[in-house]
Amino acid sequence: MAYDKLSCKEILEKLSEYIDEELDPSMCDEIDEHMGDCPPCVAFMNTLKKTVKLYNTSGDEVDIPSPVRTKLHDFLRRRCNEEKE
Amino acid sequence: MSSESRLEENELIRRAKKGEFAAFEELVNMTEGKIYNHLLRLVNNPSDAEELLQETYLSAYKNISSFKGNSTFSTWIYRIATNHAFMLFRKRKPELPIDELPLPTHEELKRREIRDWDFDPADAAQSGEVREILSEAIGELPENYRAVVLLRDIEGFSTAEAAEALGINEGAVKTRLHRARIFLREILSSHFAPEELAAMEGK
Ligand SMILES: [Zn+2]
Repeated sequence: MAYDKLSCKEILEKLSEYIDEELDPSMCDEIDEHMGDCPPCVAFMNTLKKTVKLYNTSGDEVDIPSPVRTKLHDFLRRRCNEEKE
Repeated sequence: MSSESRLEENELIRRAKKGEFAAFEELVNMTEGKIYNHLLRLVNNPSDAEELLQETYLSAYKNISSFKGNSTFSTWIYRIATNHAFMLFRKRKPELPIDELPLPTHEELKRREIRDWDFDPADAAQSGEVREILSEAIGELPENYRAVVLLRDIEGFSTAEAAEALGINEGAVKTRLHRARIFLREILSSHFAPEELAAMEGK
C-alpha cells in the first residue's frame, strides 16, 4: 500500500468523508477493517450517519411569506431605479 | 440545471447587466424562495432574514457586472447572502469565537460507552418533537459551522458548491462539516441516548 496504516485519530478525522463516500477505496477498506472489531467506533459512526440522515430528511422549505416578497420587490424596484440615475 | 435553463439564465443575466430591471427581477423570482429559507435557517429570525434578503439582492443588482458565470447565478447569490449574514453576526458579536470544535479521541469513545440509537432516522425526522430538537441543535452551532451544515446536509450542496457559496476552499468545508456533525451528534445523543456518558469534562 502506498501510505502508512491510518491511526485511530486519522480514522476519527475521516469518518465524514467515509460516510459521504469521498474516500478512496483502500482507505475505506482500512476503516472497515478497524470497525470490524471496535464496537465504540461502530456506534459512533452509526450515530454520526443517523445525525446526517436526520438533517438530510428534515429540511422542509417554507414558502416566502407574501408580504416579505412584496416588500422585497418594492424595495428593489425603488432602489435599483435610484442606482440607474 | 438543464442546459436549456442555463441558456435562459445566461440571457437574463446578459439583459440584467445592461440595466434591464425586468430581467433582474426574473432572476430574483427564480432564487428568492431558496435564499429566504437559507437566511432564515442561518439567522433564525424572520425579521433579520427579511432585511438580509433585501440587502442581498440590492447588492447583487449593484454588482452584477462582476458576475463572471464561473458558478451558477444561484450559487453566486448564496455567497452574497452568506456574506451579509456574517456581517450582521460580526456587528452583533464582534468577538466571534474562532475556536475549533473538538474531535473525540479513540479512548474517549471507549470510556463513554457510546451506543447506537435504535430508530430509523427517516421515520424519526417526521416527528415534530424531533424536528424541534434538530433545529435547536443547529442554533447552538457557531455560525461558520452552521453555514456549512445548512448547505451540505440540509440544502444538498456538493462540497465544491458549498466552497463556492462560502468563499472557502473544499478542505475547509470538509473539516468544518465533520466537526459540526460531531457537535450535533453530541447534542442529539443527549436526547436519544441519555445513558451515554458525557463528553470529556474541561472541553
Ligand atoms: Zn475504534
